[in-house]
Amino acid sequence: MEAQFVYIGLAAAFGVFMAWGIGSNDVANAMATSVGSKVLTIKQAILVAASFEFLGAVLAGGEVTSTIRKSIVDASLLSDTPELLIYGMLSSLLAAGTWLLIASRNGWPVSTTHSIVGAIVGFAAVGIGVDAVSWNKVGTIVISWVVSPLTAGFIAFLIFASVQRLILRQEDPLAKAKRYVPVYIFLAAFTITLVTIHKGLKHVGLDVDLRDSYLLAIGLSLAIALIGAYAIQRIKPSPKIEKKQHFYTVERVFGVLMIVTACSMAFAHGSNDVANAIGPLAAVFSIAQTGLITAESATPPWVLLLGGVGIVIGLATYGRHVIATVGEKITQLTPSRGFAAELAAATTIVIASGTGIPVSTTHTLVGAVLGVGLARGIEAIDLRVVGRIFVSWVVTIPAGAFLAIVFFNIFKIVLP
Amino acid sequence: MANLLSNIFGTSPVRPLEKHVDIAYRCTRKLAPFFEAVVAGDWDKASAVRNDIYELEHKADNLKKEIRLHLPKSLFMPVPREDLLELLLVQDKMANRTKDVSGLVLGRHMAIPEAIAENFLIFVQRNIDAAKQARKSVRELDELFTTGFRGAEVTLVSSLIEELDRIETDTDDRQAELRAELFAIEDGLAPVDVIFLYRVIELTGEIADMAERVGRRLELLLSH
Repeated sequence: MEAQFVYIGLAAAFGVFMAWGIGSNDVANAMATSVGSKVLTIKQAILVAASFEFLGAVLAGGEVTSTIRKSIVDASLLSDTPELLIYGMLSSLLAAGTWLLIASRNGWPVSTTHSIVGAIVGFAAVGIGVDAVSWNKVGTIVISWVVSPLTAGFIAFLIFASVQRLILRQEDPLAKAKRYVPVYIFLAAFTITLVTIHKGLKHVGLDVDLRDSYLLAIGLSLAIALIGAYAIQRIKPSPKIEKKQHFYTVERVFGVLMIVTACSMAFAHGSNDVANAIGPLAAVFSIAQTGLITAESATPPWVLLLGGVGIVIGLATYGRHVIATVGEKITQLTPSRGFAAELAAATTIVIASGTGIPVSTTHTLVGAVLGVGLARGIEAIDLRVVGRIFVSWVVTIPAGAFLAIVFFNIFKIVLP
Repeated sequence: MANLLSNIFGTSPVRPLEKHVDIAYRCTRKLAPFFEAVVAGDWDKASAVRNDIYELEHKADNLKKEIRLHLPKSLFMPVPREDLLELLLVQDKMANRTKDVSGLVLGRHMAIPEAIAENFLIFVQRNIDAAKQARKSVRELDELFTTGFRGAEVTLVSSLIEELDRIETDTDDRQAELRAELFAIEDGLAPVDVIFLYRVIELTGEIADMAERVGRRLELLLSH
């Protein structure tokens, strides 16, 4: 009985630590785009992030949580020694959290998803046995890490190319922007709500059939688009500033759109990355409580809450500085570009979340930014940095795995 | 703390290029008060203006170096890096020619013969106009980047460059007239002065030539 409390207590502490790491770095990256384009202030960004991350985790995060929790490790091998899985999940959380902390300190661009998956695979393959890893599932996840930035890049390219054709290259871009931006708002809201309703709601106990989910998504998105259209109509051109910067008012119209995509981005991130912290926590909790590995208990709400709270603390303590520094340096990402990148990334991530695949938000966003760049949308992209991202991408997995193995062996000795 | 997302974006050369052409233009603009002082024989004033020209030319030079430093080969841009560097170079030459001609005139305390003074001042002004039009064209660079070098903005810039060409042709015509006028009176002047007067007219005319080349470089960007 006492051991259970130790396990759950440790898991909660490590989970919050990991969530703190996510909030201070990953979420900050996702929100910085909106702050950099001056659509949101830092305070507003934290507010948006806190609420939509949480919504995303609760409404659409179920599939990924369950993947992290029970699909990577083949638990049937461990039915006699459930405590091994507990040690493993604890060490994975601690390893990924530690690696995130080290990486953040040194400014290395790493992915929370890559580190947690690397850690889980590491402890399972080395600590338990190569057979303990569901290699099929891991293979799918690794392929998705290549596919998701490519997909996001492709979508971003298409979105931005359409913006150029329909709005920016026209004689009267402002009139065209006012006409088409509500349509983009509708599209953004529609993808996110549809995937959420279709894939996510059954995890919170609501089952909506396909036709109803389409109707509901269309209705919600129309409402959001109408509010957006109203806000856009109220934007008046300011000829004085426009003399220097012709697209000033046009960008302000895109700013309205970017508020919607910023919410989508936070939602998408919540639906995918919060699971990195709460998946292992949920696994520890269910095993410690029932003593069984195969127990089909739902993820308890307080676990989700803990993940959400950890992220918000991370955002408020460390993340706000990251948002500020990143935001200052990415002024090239004006609302017309930033929205395209965010919408493409959010769509890709939410779809991945719906199918239960943990992808890297940061890398997907990078893919989307490169897509906008390929559509000649960005003034200068430093390819050396892109190269470095690929390296850190590869390094993170063994690093997470190595740390997890070390912690796993320590826990085996130290814990009851 | 270095950060992944922010570092993906290199330093954009667009705003600095616009700033550079602005400094180069403000440098050439000083030629008007400079030559007015020269024609009036006020060498103190001319020397003071000449110092301003030096300062602006130096400023343009420094900015040029800084822009080059921030344009590593690893940058991925919508237009070739070489074309932007060439644009920067010809922008800078507008300021260089201004410095050269003012230095020559001040150094030799050259008087502009009264017979051609009026036309010469108009000729100088037209060269400044060319530089101004070059600035106006380059100032559209950020809008061109915004639209990805297509559509209505390209038409606008093309028309700006056409106007620049017209101004440059006008300076050519005036330069030919000015030389003819100088030829008519050159027997009455000291031979060395005459040689240098031709040189001054030529150097001044090169400001418009450089402005025109700014237009050509911009046009190259449009065709990408």
